[in-house]
Amino acid sequence: MKIGVVSFPGSLDDHDGLRAVRLMGGEAVSLWHGADDVHGVDAVILPGGFSYGDYLRCGAIARFSPVMEEVVRQANKGMPLLGICNGFQVLCEARLLPGALIRNEGQKFTSVTTPLRVESTSTVWTNAYAQGQEINIVLKNGEGNYQADAETVKQLEAEGRVVVRYLDNPNGSMNDIAGITNERGNVVGLMPHPEHNVDPTITTNLDGQGFFRSLESFLSSRV
Amino acid sequence: MALVVVNVMPKPEILDPQGKAVTGALARMGHEGFSVRQGKRFEIDVTGEVTPGRLAEISEFAEALLANTVIEDFEVIS
Repeated sequence: MKIGVVSFPGSLDDHDGLRAVRLMGGEAVSLWHGADDVHGVDAVILPGGFSYGDYLRCGAIARFSPVMEEVVRQANKGMPLLGICNGFQVLCEARLLPGALIRNEGQKFTSVTTPLRVESTSTVWTNAYAQGQEINIVLKNGEGNYQADAETVKQLEAEGRVVVRYLDNPNGSMNDIAGITNERGNVVGLMPHPEHNVDPTITTNLDGQGFFRSLESFLSSRV
Repeated sequence: MALVVVNVMPKPEILDPQGKAVTGALARMGHEGFSVRQGKRFEIDVTGEVTPGRLAEISEFAEALLANTVIEDFEVIS
């Protein structure tokens, strides 16, 4: 599997993402925000950190970067796309996913390992988990508070599009939502960082590996 | 050079953590009975005349970029 990770000006976790891809047996391809193609990758990860200073709103300017045009085009054709943290914010700004991420309740920056429940295994990125499985994933952000209008949240719940839910809501997100997917299940955005929970040399908690194994199984079943 | 202002505010039904923090600070300073919501103001210098066409263009990019209409409302003032 050939996975691209986009570097925006201000991305922090692009190299962690590339490293996680290699650790999980994939070929990692670094994608530049100013480039207008994605070099034929099978999937794209939008990493965490910041982008363009996050002036205006988180992800608002990154959404209009040259590489995003091609990423959105490919995602609309079914290419797997994962947005982590700032990447999730970019996906919401690009309207690939509904809703928005605002300041955490209480204005606090959060940096914890947070317990989550996998609510949907019918996405490209979560099919390797068991329905209802509880996992612990690193979470670090100041603007991870998921908000959408009541109708949108109702629809997400009814269609099973809440992918992961906080067991101990750290930021005020509606319905404890930590991550969601699009209708097709190929685009997933979440605030926690699965790429930080894959490497046995730095952590005993490898709960993030399932995201990469899910992608691998999706890609191999497709061929 | 003419000035056009775009005000962006969080929608009434959306939680506003920044406004809430300011409201809390006011109460601690002894200012009772105030509830604050915090938004953004963009001052846009327009070269040439502010025509209806230019205003429509400003509305268009206010909606696309300056505001996220999922969580914010905006108004254009000329």
